[in-house]
Amino acid sequence: MIALDQVSFWYHQQPEPVLADVTLSVGEGELVLLAGRTGAGKSTLLGTINGLVPHFTGGHLEGTVSVDGVTTRSRPPREFAHLVGMVGQDPLAGFVTDTVEEELAYGMEQLGLSPQVMRRRVEETLDLLGIAELRRRPLRALSGGQQQRVAIGSVLTMHPKVLVLDEPTSALDPTAAEDVLATLARLVQDLGTTVVMAEHRMERVIPFADRMIYVPGDGSVVDGTPAEVLAHTPIAPPIVMLGRLAGWEPLAMSVRDARRRAEPLRTRLRADVTRTPARNAAAPLLTSSGVVVRYGPTVAVRGVDLDLDGGRVLAMMGRNGSGKSSLLWALQGSGPRQGGIVRVDGADPKELSSAKARTLVGLVPQTASDLLYLETVADECAAADRESDADAGTCRALLDRLAPGIDPRKHPRDLSEGQRLALVLAVQLSAAPRVMLLDEPTRGLDYTAKAALARIVTTLTGEGRAVVVATHDVEFVATVADRVVVMAEGEIVSDGPTVEVLGGSPAFAPQVAKILGPDWLTVADVEAALRQAVR
Amino acid sequence: MLSTYFLPRDLHPAAWWVWALGLAVAASRTTNPWLLLTILAVASFVVVARRTDAPWALAFRIYLYLGSVIVCFRVFFRFVFGGAEGSTIILRLPEIPLPEWAAGIRLFGDVSAESLLGGLYDGLRLATMVICLGAANALANPKRLLKAMPPALYEVGTAVIVALSVFPQLAESVLRVGRARKLRGGTSGKRFHALHAIIIPVLEDALDRSLRLAASMDARGYGRAGKVAARVRLVTGLLMIVGLIGVCVGVYATLDGSTPRFLAAPVLVAGLVIALIGFRFAGKRVQRTRYRPDRWHLAELVVAASGVAVSVVLFATSSVDPTNLNPSLIDLSWPLLSWVPLCGVLIGLAPASLSPPPEPPFDHEPIRLAEKVPA
Repeated sequence: MIALDQVSFWYHQQPEPVLADVTLSVGEGELVLLAGRTGAGKSTLLGTINGLVPHFTGGHLEGTVSVDGVTTRSRPPREFAHLVGMVGQDPLAGFVTDTVEEELAYGMEQLGLSPQVMRRRVEETLDLLGIAELRRRPLRALSGGQQQRVAIGSVLTMHPKVLVLDEPTSALDPTAAEDVLATLARLVQDLGTTVVMAEHRMERVIPFADRMIYVPGDGSVVDGTPAEVLAHTPIAPPIVMLGRLAGWEPLAMSVRDARRRAEPLRTRLRADVTRTPARNAAAPLLTSSGVVVRYGPTVAVRGVDLDLDGGRVLAMMGRNGSGKSSLLWALQGSGPRQGGIVRVDGADPKELSSAKARTLVGLVPQTASDLLYLETVADECAAADRESDADAGTCRALLDRLAPGIDPRKHPRDLSEGQRLALVLAVQLSAAPRVMLLDEPTRGLDYTAKAALARIVTTLTGEGRAVVVATHDVEFVATVADRVVVMAEGEIVSDGPTVEVLGGSPAFAPQVAKILGPDWLTVADVEAALRQAVR
Repeated sequence: MLSTYFLPRDLHPAAWWVWALGLAVAASRTTNPWLLLTILAVASFVVVARRTDAPWALAFRIYLYLGSVIVCFRVFFRFVFGGAEGSTIILRLPEIPLPEWAAGIRLFGDVSAESLLGGLYDGLRLATMVICLGAANALANPKRLLKAMPPALYEVGTAVIVALSVFPQLAESVLRVGRARKLRGGTSGKRFHALHAIIIPVLEDALDRSLRLAASMDARGYGRAGKVAARVRLVTGLLMIVGLIGVCVGVYATLDGSTPRFLAAPVLVAGLVIALIGFRFAGKRVQRTRYRPDRWHLAELVVAASGVAVSVVLFATSSVDPTNLNPSLIDLSWPLLSWVPLCGVLIGLAPASLSPPPEPPFDHEPIRLAEKVPA
């Protein structure tokens, strides 16, 4: 269905090719997972399939890419609309119209299909994706998972033979992500659509994937079944890490598979469930009670009490729109707060000037790049020093500790997602707040960047700071958090040590817990326990 | 046919526009305050009876405010720039002498009842026309109107729709960046810096978004229509421009009684025909279809016809019996109202009961506006 023949690609004025001599072919009805580090060329590879690369992005492409026998060389991307459906990372940015039904019909209108066919296909697609009750809703009022499903639907109505998705679940909460993936699996099973998707959090996709293409970043690709490819890749989901640790051959790809194989491992581990007791904390750094945030008639946070201890990481989870961000902004003092008490160091950050408040509580917002506005990293650091009355070089020193070796002359936009996050974090830390709040820091980070972030978070707590991480990423929470709070409808519905909250929940359990039981959250835990047992 | 006539649905937006333009044209033919107020009442009644909860429908109130502002201004200007035509002086203000070169302009001075009344009638007429257009705006979904445009204007329509959806996004990102700015210590630093710190991220955001939108539209087949030869394009463009100029001249001449008559109907018709041929040419190359287009059914005809009827009646009476339509300003008296134009205006009420009610905004669930902006 898709054939890449000796494809090489360069962006203008860059000596290194993004893709070098790639030859691939994807058959009909296959679900192919594309993995690799950020910036390794996944999106570029996806873009070549319908010709957006190079027709839209510019650059130089050698070799031929053909879909269903038609090469992208001869025709612009719009002539591929009926063959290739393209769904991006942020569905909202790709919407042309403003209600669900019109969005589903948009592509067909461009193809010039007859009204009866359009009407029928819209109805079928609404049912196929389970969004019939949303048909007349404005797109902006939908939740993230619903938007993503509408985005998929809007290309499905054109009956494409190939569906290309670029990180379709990266912004979604675990349940919404499952919904979207289940939809995709159904398309592959029932309609025989060929699906090519890039995904950072591959643990969820691997069970469905027939094939996996790993992009190491040097222009080449590694192609094979997930089990073959994952045996050697530096980035791998926990289930694979566990398999490698236990020496399973071949690797288990689904939780069901792994559970069956893990019997001996479980018995070995059962002997020593001796966990380090939670550290005793001193007086909390931040106390809050009865926090209320509302926007007009909608209540975002409904009387939440929350204390943050120094040296501990609190993970905040819950579906999109459950009030996590609103709560963080209210705790920082910059966001609205209609009721309740927040005390940091005896003061209410809301009543202080924003310059003073940030020396008490720092916040890295969801779109971290909103904070950056200068042309170079060095300028940003200098501005941060001025803003927080810190000694010159403070911010740069912090940045070097968080992410060493960033070129000071670089434009902040050109940094990788992880580096940019580190820069914003350094900017915020230069004011030396004792409490640091991170809103969705793991968005768009690959496994390596996430491991780096975990190290940063551990450093911060090592210095006695209190850290809050709002995230959907269960595996990340399992790695860093001491305590987990789950929010729903503006209230805290569960609050406790990570093991208790994550291990016992079907929706939030990390893969290792699903395989080995609720006492084990991460591969590192298992590894440490095994090493102890040997000793 | 009749069984489905009154089922709730959204009427073709053009029907509402024809109806409203009919009322507006009728209003332009008269300065009789009773008639104008009747037209206002008719328009308001229909709006209240047939509008939805959509934001544009709720904007009708703004047009009412705008109308009253227009009336007040017209009367106020008669005070400021002299209103001494007529004999009944009701207010004597000191006149401010102006230099030689400003001859013909008068500041303050005597104010006569006649000129005030003239200002009031004039203002009321203009306000009525504006409010009639407001009624069309409230009743017809502006986005559907854009969609109902002829295929030749499809590109323009898409551009307008995209631009309309960009504004809320832009406002949202300004808010977001402003909030984020506070996290960095916010207001400290120079004015220019603060502005810089908001504009740069917002623009970057907007640019990013538009690039992604463009990529998405390209990938979804936008602009697949076949290529056209340069010559055909040139001819089409010429036809449309000439036609539209003709329409403009014709409309002006029709509304202004003092221009030569041959510029009125003949030029208007010729312009329309030429423009339509141009549209037809331009539309031919477009191989696009429309999902659930608004159809022109009986109800649309009734609505449009009622508006046209109102204007026809007032045109007819103005040539038969002009005195009551434009009450005299020379001898002051209560303006009279005759039956024929009043009944004519009341035809405009027909859509309030003879058109199907609008569709409820959402299918099943109650409205859940996630991003409702607090007023």
